[in-house]
This record gives sequence, structure tokens and C-alpha cells, in this order.
Amino acid sequence: MNSEKTELLESLEATRWAVCYQCGKCTAGCPVAAGTDMAPNQIVRAVQLGHGEQAMRSDAIWACVSCQTCSTRCPQSVDCAGIMDVLREFSLRYGLASPEQRSVVAFQEAFLNNIRRNGRLDEIELIAEFKLRVMASRPSIPFLMKDAGLAPELQKRRKLHLRGEKVKNRDVVRRIFERCAPGGKGKGTAAGKPAARNGKHG
Amino acid sequence: MNLAYYPGCALHGSSNDYEQSLRTCLAQLDVTPQEINEWICCGATAAHALNHKLSVALPARNLALAEQQGFKELFAPCPMCSMQLLKAAKLMTEDAALQQEVSTIIEAEASGRIEVLNLIQVFQRVGAERIKAAVKHPLADLKPACYYGCLLTRPPEVVKFDDPEQPQSMESIVALLGAKPVDWNSRTECCGAGMTMAKEATVLELSQRILTDAQQHGANCLVTACPMCHVNLDMKQRDIERHAAAKFELPVYYLSDLVGLALGVSREELGIDRHFVVAK
Repeated sequence: MNSEKTELLESLEATRWAVCYQCGKCTAGCPVAAGTDMAPNQIVRAVQLGHGEQAMRSDAIWACVSCQTCSTRCPQSVDCAGIMDVLREFSLRYGLASPEQRSVVAFQEAFLNNIRRNGRLDEIELIAEFKLRVMASRPSIPFLMKDAGLAPELQKRRKLHLRGEKVKNRDVVRRIFERCAPGGKGKGTAAGKPAARNGKHG
Repeated sequence: MNLAYYPGCALHGSSNDYEQSLRTCLAQLDVTPQEINEWICCGATAAHALNHKLSVALPARNLALAEQQGFKELFAPCPMCSMQLLKAAKLMTEDAALQQEVSTIIEAEASGRIEVLNLIQVFQRVGAERIKAAVKHPLADLKPACYYGCLLTRPPEVVKFDDPEQPQSMESIVALLGAKPVDWNSRTECCGAGMTMAKEATVLELSQRILTDAQQHGANCLVTACPMCHVNLDMKQRDIERHAAAKFELPVYYLSDLVGLALGVSREELGIDRHFVVAK
């Protein structure tokens, strides 16, 4: 557990979590805070108190839309959106993602799988994999059929591509994914080195 | 302008109306962006939410390809892509060890020194005088709400573009076209972004706030430079109306649609007829 905590703290280092003084500006500007179980300032507080696991189990980290408003407005330059990214990554790695938020996790995972296979996004394949992943844990016919009516509308507007594009050199894409996987051949943790997430300010 | 072009997945997918619009429009201004060979997805939200290293490596590969193919400037019309490209470039130029590590991962040398431009910046390069002089059909009836969304201006230390709270660059361009941009509050509010499939309720609620605000401030359309914003505000507008129990009927244009129309290009050539909400 200690090595896990160290790893988490290393990944969080560049986010400046320690200097948060709880003014709440992040939460005031957050477009989704009102509907979630932990507000952004509470997430940062949990990290400060060593309660990272509580934050990793929250719905809030998966409700976050990554709009960067919190980080942009923070008077202490705490990268709150960066903290959310780290918590999501570790939440997934330790299997702590809230079951309520399964659909967001399923979508992001299906998205990355798609890129790993094709190099570029194949929208139909993405939707199919996303729906199958959600259906596997929570079968629902309305969920399966939802958006089906959209297909002819998209077709009419020449926006539907039954086959997505693929890059020629898909092997290199697969190797990039392998090297970036947790415990992969790239140095450091998959969460990135502590040096910077958004880089230096100013 | 010898401009590399990184379309990103959306513009080669269901947002191909955006590509049609900007290519047609920019051709009028003698700008012909050259698509990078073998570009790959930037990883978008999925990569930065689940795997930080991947979120640097994927855009870095594209920066390297553009550099290898001899370009100094890279046009990325999707703000998600351009933010990811800029972030990777920034991290690598600030940290030589990371730059080396990433180059090994992506099997290519990326200096991160190529300049990344969004659509507004490309119009700024063309120049206000040039655009103004080319206007054939002033858009006097249009009162657009210029909508920037999240990532054109955020995070500011990464994108270094306009003001993150009160941007004006899009208003300046539509004003050149004779349109009268409205003053409103939601320029940089989030539309729900990539939650369209994963969590539709978020998109319906956040986009509802944006459309309501635009309507209340007298806008008769919205303008965006982001494919995701367009999907949420245009394609989902009927669903948003049901969610909000309101009528908006606000057409959502890409910035290049409005420039193109003012320059005398037809709606069909720009792909405006392929949008969901059509102006009456």
C-alpha cells in the first residue's frame, strides 16, 4: 500500500494539491459539481488528508467533463482537472471505479481500444463496443436501441461511415500503447512522471 | 502559408461537414492545408483521463510526423486535438528527458517546436483587412452568439490563446463579415463535451444552459470552432429542447461557414445543408 501511495503522490506532484486553501472557486465554476457526490474542492481536500481512495471511489471523478475551468480559475494554480485525471487513472488501475459510473469508464476504454486497433477512431465500432461493454454488466434493451434512430439521420447528411479509416502502420500504434501501459517498457509510471502535467505556468 | 493539416478523427467521421466547410472557405482565401500522412488519433479525453503517458505520446507522434514532413505550422481545427498537441509540445520543450523518452516511445523524433494553430488563428494569419476586402455578402441579419467552449482558451498556460474568461477573437472575425455578435455569458461554458454517448444527461443539461443564454441575449444563431460543441448543440438540439421543455431553433454554424457565406460561397458548398438545425 505504501508503494501505491508513493506512486499516487508522485503522479499528483505537479498538480500543486498541497497549496489548496479551500476557497471553493473551483467548485463555484464547475458545471457538474451540483449533481455529484464530491465537489472539486472536496476532492482536493481528500487528497490533502490522505483520503485519495475515497476520491477514487467517488462518482465525481467520472462526472467531471474535463472543461479545465477549475484549474484555470484557481488562485493557487492548483491543477484540479489534472488531479481528476490522476484519480481516474488510479481508480481504474485499482478497480475502484464507482459502479454507477460504469458507462463513462466503458466509453473511455472502448475509445482507447479502438485507437489501439485502428490508429484512428471508427465511430460505429466505438459505439458497438461501448454498448456491448455496458450491456455485459447491465443488460437493457432501451439502452441498446437508443441512438439507433440517429443512424438514418446521419446517413441522410452523409455523416455515417460504416467503415472507419485505419492508418497503414498500425504496428507502431500498438507498440506505442504497449510502451505506455502501466508497467510497460516506457520509464516511469503510466500516470506520467511527476515533472509536469500541463507543464510550467506563466 | 505552407500549412500542415491535422484533421483529427471527428473531421473524418461524423463531423466531416466541418472539414468541408473549412476547406471550401479557406480555399477562397488561398489557404490550402496539407494533410499529414499517417496521422493518428490524439487520444482525446480518453487518453488524458486514463493514461497520462499515452496522452503525451499520441499527439507527440503527430507533431513528429508533421515535422518530418517538413512543416513549421500545423493547423488543428478541433480544439481537443489542438490542446493535446500543444500540451505535448509544451511538455517536451520544457523537459529534455521527457522529449527523449517520448521520442523512443513513438519511434520518431519530435522537437515540439512546430507551431500549432486553431481555426481562429488561421483566419488571423490571413488578416482582417484581407477578409474584410473579400466580403461579398455582408451578414447583416445575423446576430451570432460566439461560442468558444472549453478548450480553445483553456488551459491558458497550454493554449496561450485569447482571454480564458472573456475571449473576443471570434467576435472580431464575425464583425468583419457584417454580423452583429451578441454580448452573452456562456462563451466559455462547457457543452458537456465528450459525454454525448457516455452520459447524455450531462450534455442535455449543460447545452440547455448555453442555448437558453444565447436565446435570452437575442442571438439568432451560434458560431463555434469545435466539432464536439457542434455535435452537442446542433445534432442534439431537438433532444435538448425536449429536456428543457423549450424551443430554441438556433442554427449552429462553424466559424468557416460564416466566413464562407460572406465571401459568397453557397450553403451547399459549405455543407451547411448537412446540419440538423436549419435556419428558417
